[in-house]
Amino acid sequence: MVTSLLSISLGAILINNFIFSQFLGCCPFLGVSQKVDTALGMGLAVTFVMGMSSALCYVVTGLLNALGLNYMGTLAYILIIASLVQLVEMFLKKNIPSLYSSLGIYLPLITTNCAVLGVVLLNVQNSYNFIESVTYGITGGLGFLVAIVLFASVRERLQFAEYPKSFEGFPIALVSAGLLALAFMGFSGMKIW
Amino acid sequence: MMNIIYAVAVLGIMGAAWGAILAFAAKVFAVEVDPREEAIIGCLAGANCGGCGYPGCSGYAAAVVAGEAPTDRCVAGGAETAAKVAEIMGVSAGAGEKMIAFVPCSGSLDVAELKFNYTGEKTCQAAMSYGGKGTKVCSFSCIGYGDCMKACKFGAMKVENGVAKVDREKCVGCMACAEACPKDIIVKVPYAQNELVACRSNDKGPAVIKSCKVGCIGCMKCAKECPADAITVTNFLAKIDPAKCVGCGHCETVCPRHIIKPQD
Repeated sequence: MVTSLLSISLGAILINNFIFSQFLGCCPFLGVSQKVDTALGMGLAVTFVMGMSSALCYVVTGLLNALGLNYMGTLAYILIIASLVQLVEMFLKKNIPSLYSSLGIYLPLITTNCAVLGVVLLNVQNSYNFIESVTYGITGGLGFLVAIVLFASVRERLQFAEYPKSFEGFPIALVSAGLLALAFMGFSGMKIW
Repeated sequence: MMNIIYAVAVLGIMGAAWGAILAFAAKVFAVEVDPREEAIIGCLAGANCGGCGYPGCSGYAAAVVAGEAPTDRCVAGGAETAAKVAEIMGVSAGAGEKMIAFVPCSGSLDVAELKFNYTGEKTCQAAMSYGGKGTKVCSFSCIGYGDCMKACKFGAMKVENGVAKVDREKCVGCMACAEACPKDIIVKVPYAQNELVACRSNDKGPAVIKSCKVGCIGCMKCAKECPADAITVTNFLAKIDPAKCVGCGHCETVCPRHIIKPQD
């Protein structure tokens, strides 16, 4: 049990990182990675939403299966994710207004972050049990956090780097994202136990 | 059939449950906003033009409520809005003079000489990068591809025959056009000022005569004849001091280049 959880965690954070090897959740990854602070906030918010939605969606999947309504799965998951994001948004607006304003439009857009829906659908596909689902959700979120914080620190340093003018802004960000993803390729194919 | 009813019922219940949770959370996490802020946002112009110097209308409203900003900064709303905002804040409104944008150039295509036939992208920004400062020989002139027109949120800018013009009734003085102009030629002038010098060339007279049929040559005629001493000529360009100008229009009649004109 412990080994399987460990292998799920390591898999989600490093080997099958949601951004670098599955290419899920690239929109906030590129959009909110100018500063490490906001990237950290975004990563934590996504981790929370992914963990919570994994847990809730596991329950809902069981309910839908019992009623023979598995085909409504995606719809129900979207409902849960959207509501969770709303909750996070209200919480941040009340308690951390500075983070709320710096995340801006990307906060409600967690709803459409495909990493969140992806983790839920992968839970169903891999027929994980409740604990495994939650573990996969949280560690998947942590993988996203690691990726976006790494990338934000790279982008912070890029501000002082010299590169051709035509690469300014988005192009150089995409190039460095590609290089980071290449680094994560080193983990691919690793097997634990 | 049962399946459909089940599906509708289950998802309906789930939706209602989440709706209830969110409604409850909205109460718990409600953020208290000063009601005056909402009221101020309500009477501002709402164009988010940035003319007040704050990020958008809500930013300005927050600054007013915090006591950091005066109540008459909404240029788009003008005096009427300033009075309303002042009423909400419980202070008296100072009457600010209405300012509008003005393009001090008359070098339309039929009077200004062109340096070359420009066929590139039709924006001032792009034209700036060819052969120095735009397509006209006069390096102070308006390029006339309407970057300011695209920046104006009130439809007050238009380009006529290669020169940008401000519609003084529509202009609210937010100066978004001046921000967009790559040559920084657009200036702020009082709405009430009668006579304006529609040229900004600092070239010497002979150079102006070669490059433009109407540009100010700095002949000093207006400065000498002005009954109110409101006109000075510096760097071969006449300048009217709006504080001294009495609006008699005498300069308009003596100017040999007909470059001093009333606002139209």
